[in-house]
Parts: sequence; structure tokens; C-alpha cells
Amino acid sequence: MYPASFEYSAPQSLSEALGLLGKLGDEGRVLAGGQSLIPMMKLRLAQPGHLVDINGLKELSYIRRDNGHLAIGALARHADIVKSPLVPEASKAMAAAAPWISDPLVRNRGTLCGSVAHCDPEGDWNSVMLAVGALVVALSSDGERTVPISDFVVDFFTNSLRPGEMVKEVRVPFPVGASGGAYNKLERKIGDYATVGVATHLELDGSGKISQAGIGLTSVHNHNLKATAAEAMLIGQEPSDALFAAAAEAAAAACQPSSDVRGPADYKRAVVREYTKRGLATSLAGTRGEN
Amino acid sequence: MEIQVTVNGTAYTRDVEPRVLLVDFIRTNLGLTGTHIGCDTTSCGACTVLLDGQPVKSCTIFAVQASGASVGTVEGLKQNGALHPIQEAFKEHHALQCGFCTPGMMLVGSALIAENPHPTDDEVRWAISGNLCRCTGYMNIVTAIQAAGAAGEGS
Amino acid sequence: MTATHPRTTPEVGGIGHSVRRKEDSRFIQGRGNYLDDIVLPGMLHMAILRSPIAHGRLRSIDTSAAQALPGVVAVVTGELMAAHKLAWMPTLSGDTQAVLATDKVRYQGQEVAAVIATDPYIARDALPLIDVDYEELPPVTSPQQSLGADAPLIRDEKEGQVDNVAYTWESGDKAATDAAFAKAARVVEIATHYPRSHPAPMETCGILADVNPATGQATLYMTSQAPHAHRTLFALVAGLPEENIRIISPDLGGGFGNKVPIYPGYVVATAASLLIGKPVKWIESRTENLISTGFGRDYHMKGELALDEKGRILGMRSTVLSDQGAFFSDAQPTKFKAGLFHICTGSYDYPAAYVSAKGAYTNKAPGGVAYRCSFRVTEASYFIERLVDKAAHEIGMDPAEFRLMNFIKPEQFPYKSPTGFIYDSGDYHSALKLAMEMIDYDGWRQKQKERTDGKLIGIGIASFTEVVGAGNSREYDLVGIKMFDSAELRIHPTGKAILKLGVKSQGQGHETTFAQIVAEELGIPAGDIKVMEGDTDNTPYGLGTYASRSTPVAGAATAIVSRKIREKGRQLAAHLLEASADDIEFDLGKFTVKGTDKGVTIQEVAFAAYTNHPQGMEAGLEDVCYYDPPNMTFPFGSYIVVVEVDPSDGTWKVLDMVAVDDCGVRINPMIVAGQITGGLTEGFAKANMQWITFDDDGNCIGSNFLDYLVPTAWETPKFRLGETVTPSPHHPIGAKGVGESATVGSPAAFVNAVVDALWSKGVTNIDMPVLPHRVWGAINGVEAKP
Repeated sequence: MYPASFEYSAPQSLSEALGLLGKLGDEGRVLAGGQSLIPMMKLRLAQPGHLVDINGLKELSYIRRDNGHLAIGALARHADIVKSPLVPEASKAMAAAAPWISDPLVRNRGTLCGSVAHCDPEGDWNSVMLAVGALVVALSSDGERTVPISDFVVDFFTNSLRPGEMVKEVRVPFPVGASGGAYNKLERKIGDYATVGVATHLELDGSGKISQAGIGLTSVHNHNLKATAAEAMLIGQEPSDALFAAAAEAAAAACQPSSDVRGPADYKRAVVREYTKRGLATSLAGTRGEN
Repeated sequence: MEIQVTVNGTAYTRDVEPRVLLVDFIRTNLGLTGTHIGCDTTSCGACTVLLDGQPVKSCTIFAVQASGASVGTVEGLKQNGALHPIQEAFKEHHALQCGFCTPGMMLVGSALIAENPHPTDDEVRWAISGNLCRCTGYMNIVTAIQAAGAAGEGS
Repeated sequence: MTATHPRTTPEVGGIGHSVRRKEDSRFIQGRGNYLDDIVLPGMLHMAILRSPIAHGRLRSIDTSAAQALPGVVAVVTGELMAAHKLAWMPTLSGDTQAVLATDKVRYQGQEVAAVIATDPYIARDALPLIDVDYEELPPVTSPQQSLGADAPLIRDEKEGQVDNVAYTWESGDKAATDAAFAKAARVVEIATHYPRSHPAPMETCGILADVNPATGQATLYMTSQAPHAHRTLFALVAGLPEENIRIISPDLGGGFGNKVPIYPGYVVATAASLLIGKPVKWIESRTENLISTGFGRDYHMKGELALDEKGRILGMRSTVLSDQGAFFSDAQPTKFKAGLFHICTGSYDYPAAYVSAKGAYTNKAPGGVAYRCSFRVTEASYFIERLVDKAAHEIGMDPAEFRLMNFIKPEQFPYKSPTGFIYDSGDYHSALKLAMEMIDYDGWRQKQKERTDGKLIGIGIASFTEVVGAGNSREYDLVGIKMFDSAELRIHPTGKAILKLGVKSQGQGHETTFAQIVAEELGIPAGDIKVMEGDTDNTPYGLGTYASRSTPVAGAATAIVSRKIREKGRQLAAHLLEASADDIEFDLGKFTVKGTDKGVTIQEVAFAAYTNHPQGMEAGLEDVCYYDPPNMTFPFGSYIVVVEVDPSDGTWKVLDMVAVDDCGVRINPMIVAGQITGGLTEGFAKANMQWITFDDDGNCIGSNFLDYLVPTAWETPKFRLGETVTPSPHHPIGAKGVGESATVGSPAAFVNAVVDALWSKGVTNIDMPVLPHRVWGAINGVEAKP
């Protein structure tokens, strides 16, 4: 109901924030949207000693073009991503996923970077990020480093940040040629976590063959899962229903869902198969400008 | 720690522990009990307030985070003795029964119609999908928000 | 008078007007007065420590660390409560329930200790500092397991309890039913579990107990749907003199039956206030509400329908097993251990039925009768409407045709059912036919056949008969208190009025609708009538609001007390008009001398009651009525749902839904429609997503809103409402209850629709909630738990 006590700082500059995080190490925790962290604190599942509230760092709320990438700053809220015209240009999967994050009130506060850092296997954003090959910019008072998302997402609620680091930005490469994407999320109601979520991303080369393929899966493993075998099947091939069906089969085989209140593992695999097929079809239509 | 928050246009300076939730600050420290608590998992929206104009769940924000910001609660809807069109519409269209979810619903509705005075059924339902109601079945809430939007345009 | 043609003007706002609600003023301004809004000087805050395990022996409790936390005023354990003979309390079903555990814990979430502190945050900080040593015992997680040979004895503290049976009960005529089955051309069976569900009103339960040490007065602000009954029980249980107890039930943020039981938290807070001498507030969290307070349903039902060769029903048998949790604390009339489940004969005409019911203890929260159920009519209605639908499908008859063929006919009312109910009035054929017309039933059947894109259309009907308005003193009592209800009315000199009731609204709009009854009877504008409920010092004794009883019982009392006042008014009018009382007529607020235009208004009569009453007559214009209803009322309706099922992922959505309700005369059509819409949403919720379940260790799954799924506006379908009006012949204004009809009738309509869609795939039943994985499992012939 109520969190345990903690120390609180609201730095007014990035350097102040980084200095604090560096000093606090494991005792410190970044507070951005707080829509995942605060609920955990209220249940006392998380009891950070010192919160570093970065909401004063308004300069981090950007969503902008930067050197061939869509750069999403640490304070860009889910609601901002829903509204941004740059997002569908970078990734239709992102545009499809954004409105389905939690509920509208949470979207007004929660941040994409926060979700990415949180590494909740039932969170949607990391599946999309894995599908589009995003990069995570980690920042500390020692400097900045860029980590590919597949290295960043390590395990169950575990990322590869070092002590004193925070996520400053997530970067999504703008596609070069024809591209499309989708996010298919099965949830029992708005605000529920995904029973299963499938992010798909396709790019075609000049001859109509698949040059990039990304499939990211939600809630079917102890972290968001990149279906690499399924992706490999698609690269260099002509898109077709049969190809997509085979990739869907591979995606279903790769996941390891648990049997729980949202259903048995076999059911979730069946949905992964179905949603991967649907997602690839939608993504293909996207490459043709049909959505 | 000391914070300064403007609530419904009035500035307050208070000393509060960092862990105090904004909803408890509003209800207990400021005595404004129109904002309600309906759950403990950020699921129900009964605690909705406007934070710098945006509807948010005040149970999932610390009061210290609202320092320097402007908060709007249900008590702030009535201006200069006149009910807000959304309040009139909720009464006119029987959009409340027990009244517990109503402040949150009205605040979300008022924010929606400020941006989009003629929302469709789906647009309203989408906007209030973070607010639970157990009594009404939502239909009259949708009608009321649409009616308030239409009335607001005319005035 | 018919419901659609009000007799009074809109300014008076009598029956039939959709008068806008008086109570809305404060709610829309955020000025409701809910329990947690109430603050008293010196108030302390209580938090409850609850058992993390489902079954275990309590070996020791060490509260010293908790007591040492700055801000903690007291820590209460079962031992302290036992010293005051309050460790156990009686339930509404004749059992006992632990207030704070002394010997064992018997469900996850059970109350073990309580901390009283200066601040609610500190009270919560103290809870983990209480060191409890449990010896875990194997949990019993189903009634079937509970009744098995090796089951551990849950209620080992109860003298004479040798097994886990809470009660047995039966109704109907077994021999006649057996004979009917012997003649049957066909027997249709069903086995279904109505899962555990929870009312989950938006406001949780709580109390602000203020036992004043100087005066001995105990003022208990309490989330109570039945404040008078609760006060009497507090007096009997706590030994507090009844005249010193005042229960004030303030604005309630919903109830739905969740605020009828007396919870341990209420008792502990009151005891704490008494011992400490300061007000103590306890308001539970949502998790506490879901894990420990009065749930509804959890009924395992088996049934059979005997049919002749034409598909006419000859008889019905039903065997039900209820999961009562750790204590038998159902809120229901004493005589009926299975509530009114024996209405499960439904809307159909046949002579023989037999119901056999048993309740079993399990290691789960206690309860069972709650959540808009009309005392288990939700279970009964679901049971018969699923069984009837299954029968129609099995014999290849259209489910609407099957119902129309078997319905009780209008000319058969009042109808005596095989289990002893006397249905007061009904016209089932008209309701179903209207619903079929409104939804274009034949059109949908056609579309169902023509669908080729892989998605499946299903059409589901439910034609329910409800039984509400408990209840006549011959048969109904709640812990011995007869189930009358009351209305006290005083007309002021200026012609305004105050109406005090023994019932208690939790959102049903009583401040408006009951004023409308008086407006109808006396012609005083509804807006001039103040309605008071909930304060036991200031209202007449009543049994409260639940099971849709307010309009049938207190509504009748209101009409009758108004008529009593009208009678005195006639005498006063005669005096004013210098005529004989026999020559005075009354209509629409005016007393006139027969055959003349000489008259006085009710307002003038009221003034005269205080300023110009005749010698020998008492001054004032005030009366009270305690109403003992002669019978229950039987609202009914037909609901039709059209769904589309996607076999690829098991999801389904509602394409259209029509609900035709008949609750007799409608006092306020707008409010009735609101009650129905809310109830249909609850029915949808239960059919689609909402339940509490347990794992094999007795852990409760569904103890917060992440797991207990309440639909948002996005999932909730739109509903189209229709009405027929068949007044109750015995109710003074012809009204029946309606608050629960939609929750009672609609779940079967949704489930019947999904099963109808999948019948051709060999699916004959899916239990609620019909979750996507269950649909998928049913289609693919695999069991898909949970």
C-alpha cells in the first residue's frame, strides 16, 4: 500500500544526476515515469535506498531525428510516442505498439527508456526494440556508451547497465528502403500485461527480397525474446505465405512460455504462431505502403 | 522536505516525507477528499488528477514530484460558482451511481474534450480505459462526456 | 397508471419520471462523504496483519518489535481479543468466524493481528515487524477434496464437527421428480462450476470506530448496507448496550453485497477504540478486500432435465456443492442454507423438481452469497439457462423456440413452482419475443449460417426469473430479525418533507427514487423531499439494501406511510373546507370537496397540521410504516447476445446485445436503465474475464486488480435495452426490484452465445470465465487450464 522510506533527490542538471548516481551505486535508482517502479515500491517488492528523480531534466524529453536514427530521450513518455509523426516513419511496429502500452493514464507518465531499462519480460517495448534492432545509450559521469538492445536485455528484470549508469536515450534506425512492421498483443483487458505479444519488422531490398527481418516476443520467456532462427529463415528470401508460416513455426518453437493463469504453454505457442503470421503479413503490406 | 504545489489555482507550501503518495497528500495534507483511492496496484484510476493538465494516477506519483507543478482535482472543476459542463453532463445523463469513480472520469473527460470536443464512442472509451467503474456499465459516462464536449463548443 | 404515462407533472416528479438525481450534486463536486473522508480529532489508524498461508497452526506471535516502532500505539492479537471474549464472532449463517486467529489460520489473508498507529504509513511499517511462527498444514483447495476421506479437518475448533460439511439442504419433491425422470424420452445433463467472483465495489470496506470513554457512546461510521441489523449484532456480540451504539453508514462507494457481512476489522477497530479511548480508523486495501471479504458464487452444479419426445420439460434435478471457504458466513435468510437457489426451476412450466445442496469448508476466504446475487439466484439462473440451452441444442431445436414452448404462460400466474415459490406475475413470451425482434434474431441466425471467413457467430439467450424483496415474516429472517422494512415520513409546515428509511443506498439513487414515491402519493414535488438513510439514531429500523429488496419492501412502506399521511390530510382538509371527511377526494396534490371546485393543496394541509388542526386531533403530519411483504416479487426478462469467436486465438467479442427487462412499474426509468446497464457489465465481466481462483497451495490468484480482472470501457459492450411492464399484483405501487436482474440473467446469455458458436465443433460447455485459452482448448479438444 505504502512504500518504505527512502532518500530523495531531484537534480536540476544531467551532470548533477550522474554525479549522484555514480556516488550511490546500487543504493541509487532512477525515477522517471515511475509507473513500474512505484507500484513495486508500494508492494515493497522494491525498496531502493535513494531515488534520483530525473523529471527535472526536461532536455531529455526529446523524440528527434539524429544521424539516421530516431532518438528517444529518457523523459519521452509513451503518450508522446503515440503522438509523434516521426515514430511511424522509423518503425510501424513501434507505432502499433505504443497505444497498447498499459492504459492512457500510465502512458502520460511512463517512459519508453524506463520500460527498456526495466527489462520486464511481459513489457512490450523490448520486443519491439529487439525486432527493429534498437540501440541503448547508457550514460554515466564517466561518459557514454552504446549497447545493442540484444546485449542490453540480459535476463528477467536484468539489464547490462553498470553501477552509476542510466539510460539516456534509445535509438531506432530509420529504414533505408521499403519497410513495414506490426505489434500484435493478446491481452485480456486494457492494462493487463500481454498473454503473448509479437513484434515484427520487415525491410525489403530493391529486388523485393527481405533484407531485414525482426521478430520480438513478449511474455514467452524470462526476458523479451528475439526469434533469431525465425528471422534467419526470412533474410534474403522472397516473401510468401509459406515462408511466413515456416518462420511462425520457428518463432513458436523458440519460445518457452510458462503455463499460468493466462493459459497453458501450448496455447501461448499457438498464439505466437498465429500472431507471427499475422504480423509478417501486416509488415509486408507495410512495405507496399498499404498501411 | 518542503514542497510547493499549486492545487486548483491555490499555492501550498508543505513539509512532506518523500514517500508520501500524491493522492495521500491531496486527501490528508490538503483535506481535499474528492480524489479517491480504489486499489493498490495502479489499476483503477479513482485517484486521477490533472498534473500540468495531463490526467495521471496520483497514487503512483510521490507528492515531492509535484513540487513546482500545477495539480487539478475534481474540486477545481467548478469555477466562479458555475459547474463545469462535464459536471452538468454527468448529472444530466446519469453517468454516476455511487460516485466513487466519478471525479477521475470527469477529469479524464474534461481533458479529452478540451483537445477533441466531438469524440466518437470509441475515442471516449479509449480515453477512459484507465478508469474502472463498477456501477454504471460506462454507457452513460460516454454519453455524458460527448454531451459535455458538444455543450462546451456552443458556449 | 402505466409506467410510460406518468400521472404527475415533471415538476412534481412522481413515478415514471426520469428525475435527475438529487444526490449527484455532492458527488460531482467531489463532496461525497465516504468512510475514508471522515476525520475525527485524535483519530488513530489501524492496519491488519494477515496470514500468508492457507492453513496452519499458530505457534507464537511476537509483537514487541512492532510495538517499539515510534508512532505505534497498540498491537492487538487474538489473545487480547480472547480475553474480551471477542476472538470469535457469530456469522450471519449460524456459524462462528475468527476475528483474530488464536489456534489456526484457515485461509490466506485471514486476520492475525492488528496495529494501531498515529499514521497509516507507520501502521503498515509495523506489520512486517510482527513475528509470527506458523506450522504449515496441508491446505484444502476444493470442496471435492474437502469432502474426500483423507481431507484434513478444517474446523477442528468446532465442537461436534467431524468433517468439513458446513450444511446440507434440499428442496422439492424427490419421489415425484424421480417418477418424472422415469417417464422421460430424453435426459439432458450439465455439470458446471460458477467460479468464485467478488463484488469489488470501487470503495473498499472500513470503519471509523469512536468509542467515547467519557460518555460510553460508541459511534461507528461503517461501510454498512444494513446498519440497523449490524447495530443489533454488535450489541449482542460485543456486549455493548444497544442504545449506546450508533452506526452511521455514510456515502457508500458501491456495495453489491460486499458490505453486508460483519468483518473482523470492524470488531477489532471497535475493541481498539474502546480500549485506547480514541477513534480508530480501519480502511482496507484492495488486496485485503479481494482476499478476505465476502465473495460470491463458487458453486459446483450438476443438473438434469427430463424431456418428453416433443422437448417439453417433465422435471429437473439439481445437485449443488458450494465452496464456503473457512467459515460459513453467507449473508442469507436463516431458513435457506442455499439461499434462494431453489428458484432454479426457472421460467418454465413443469410439475416436478428436486434440489439437493451441500456446503463444504475449504481453506479459502469465507462467504458465498454476495455480488448482486439475490441470495444465489445468480447461480440458479445460470444453471437453468445453461441447461435449457443445452437441451435445445441436443434435440436440435432452436433455443428460442424451446423456451417459448416451455415457458409458464401469462394466464398461469400467480404460479406455484415445484419448489414452493409463488411467482407473482409474469409474461415471459412477450419479453422474449420483443428481445428477438429488437435484435433481429432470424437475421442473425441467417448470418450465422452464411459466415465463411473462419470466425464463428454465436447467439445466446437467457430468459431469467428473479425473486427479490426478502421477505415475508413467515419464512424470512436474518439472524432471527424478520425482514420487514420501514419508512418514516414527516411533512413540515411549509409543505416540504423528510423521509427516513431503514434501507441504505450504495449508488441506487434512493434520495431521488423514494422521494418520487412520496411525490406520487402526496403530490409534493420530489425535490422538496429530503431522504435520509444510514444513521441508526435517525432512521426507523430496517434490514438494509441488498438482494434487490429496497423497492419491494421499503418502497412499499414508503407508499403506505404516504397513504397514512394522506388519510390524516383528508381529516385536516375536511376541517379546513368545513366538509365531511367522507366527501373529501384527493388527487395530484389536492384535496377537494366531491362535486365542487373547493379544495386545498397538500401544502396548505401541512401548514394547518401545525397551525390550525381541529380540537381532539394531534398536531403534526407524520407517520411510520413497517412493511411485511406478503410475497417476494418476481422480475424477469430475456437477454440475447450475439458474439463472434476467433478460433485462431480463442478471443470473442460481442457484436450486439439486447436486454428486455420487466420489473413491473418503473419509478425512475433512467435509474432503472442505469441499474440494468451496470448489471449487464458485471455479467459480461464474469463471462469474459473475472474470477478468483487458487493454486494447489491455497494461494489466492485474484487478490488484486492485476489478477482480478474488471473490464474497462474498452472491453465492455454496448447494450440495447427494452422493457415490458407486468406490475406486481401485491406491491402497493406495482413495482418489483431490479438492481440485480441483469447480473442474475446475463452471464448465461454470454456463455450460451459462445457455446452456440462452437456447438458444431463439438463443444457443449465452457465454464466461466470463458477465457481465450479455454475457447482454444475446447475447439482443439485439449484441456486448457486454468
